[in-house]
Amino acid sequence: MAAALVNVPAKAKRGAVIEIKTLMSHVMETGYRHTAAGEVVPRDIITSFICRFNGTEIFRADLFPAIAANPFLSFFTTASESGRFEFEWIGDNGFVANATASITVE
Amino acid sequence: MMRRALFVLALLGAALPAAAGEIAPSERRSGYDFMSSDTKAMQDDDTANPGMLSVLDGDTLWNTKAGAANKSCSDCHGDVSVSMKGATARYPAFNATSATPIDLGQRVNLCRTQHQEAAPLAPESSELLALTALIAKQSRGMPIIAGDDARLATSIARGRELFFQREGQLNIACSNCHDDNADRHLAGSAITQGQPTGYPIYRLEWQGMGSLQRRIRGCMTGVRAQAFDFDAADMIALELYLMSRAHGMKMDAPAVRP
Repeated sequence: MAAALVNVPAKAKRGAVIEIKTLMSHVMETGYRHTAAGEVVPRDIITSFICRFNGTEIFRADLFPAIAANPFLSFFTTASESGRFEFEWIGDNGFVANATASITVE
Repeated sequence: MMRRALFVLALLGAALPAAAGEIAPSERRSGYDFMSSDTKAMQDDDTANPGMLSVLDGDTLWNTKAGAANKSCSDCHGDVSVSMKGATARYPAFNATSATPIDLGQRVNLCRTQHQEAAPLAPESSELLALTALIAKQSRGMPIIAGDDARLATSIARGRELFFQREGQLNIACSNCHDDNADRHLAGSAITQGQPTGYPIYRLEWQGMGSLQRRIRGCMTGVRAQAFDFDAADMIALELYLMSRAHGMKMDAPAVRP
């Protein structure tokens, strides 16, 4: 399982805008590079990222070869109720990684 | 004659005022100071600093049993945040068995071979970088004290000699950039003073982690010299000199650098 760092505020006031930050460990090999022997290094990237809150998708991103290694994604949402964020990264060669974080809304 | 003069100067080192071109202690700046506000923000936020991914991996390795002895780092050293506090600020340190200085990566590998009875980790392998990143993080904010041991004097002097030694097709020494022109730019990038406060670092250009040895090899290749082998005696001496040159500066590992 690849290392992931997720930062969600543990508590928030109802209706507050909160920032969610995620950092995923991945080489993001573009597929455009060659070895010293001239062979193409095969593409190996994360292709999509999905964030769900209590089962409902709230944010999605497609990723491409020009994105740097260890992609860092930050986005905003409104704290409506307490619950659980689920994060999913999907990539080449069957790459799947998951993380979760909980928030208490008062 | 010149070499001898430098050697004597180095031995007297701390007692003498800085020679022309050298950076006065009060003028020293970490590479962090030269970075853009965006890169600083990336380093300062532990959820944005990609070096922390390596620290996470290191934490797993710290608690994983390895080798014929079936021991983990934590079996001997316990909680890394207690036992390794300040350790990195002392390295490279004198190793009594070999009577030479060894850097942190070599120390980790000594533990692996002697106590875990496992194969040493390859230089710049993700495992070795992860363990050293985890250990280095425990010295965050602490002043560098490497080189205080009197037994290291000859190695520091050798490192200093190498720092001022012109080399490569470009025929320039470390000091020509990092002392004489540290506040200027080379191809748009800040040259910096070469203060090793944050290793192992996550370097954006590398898209990954690397040790001080990798950074030094990059410089040597840049001046078109034959880079030292990993863990060569001269490499360790140069690392040691750089750390002693940064004596008292605060550690900020795992640092992010452009």
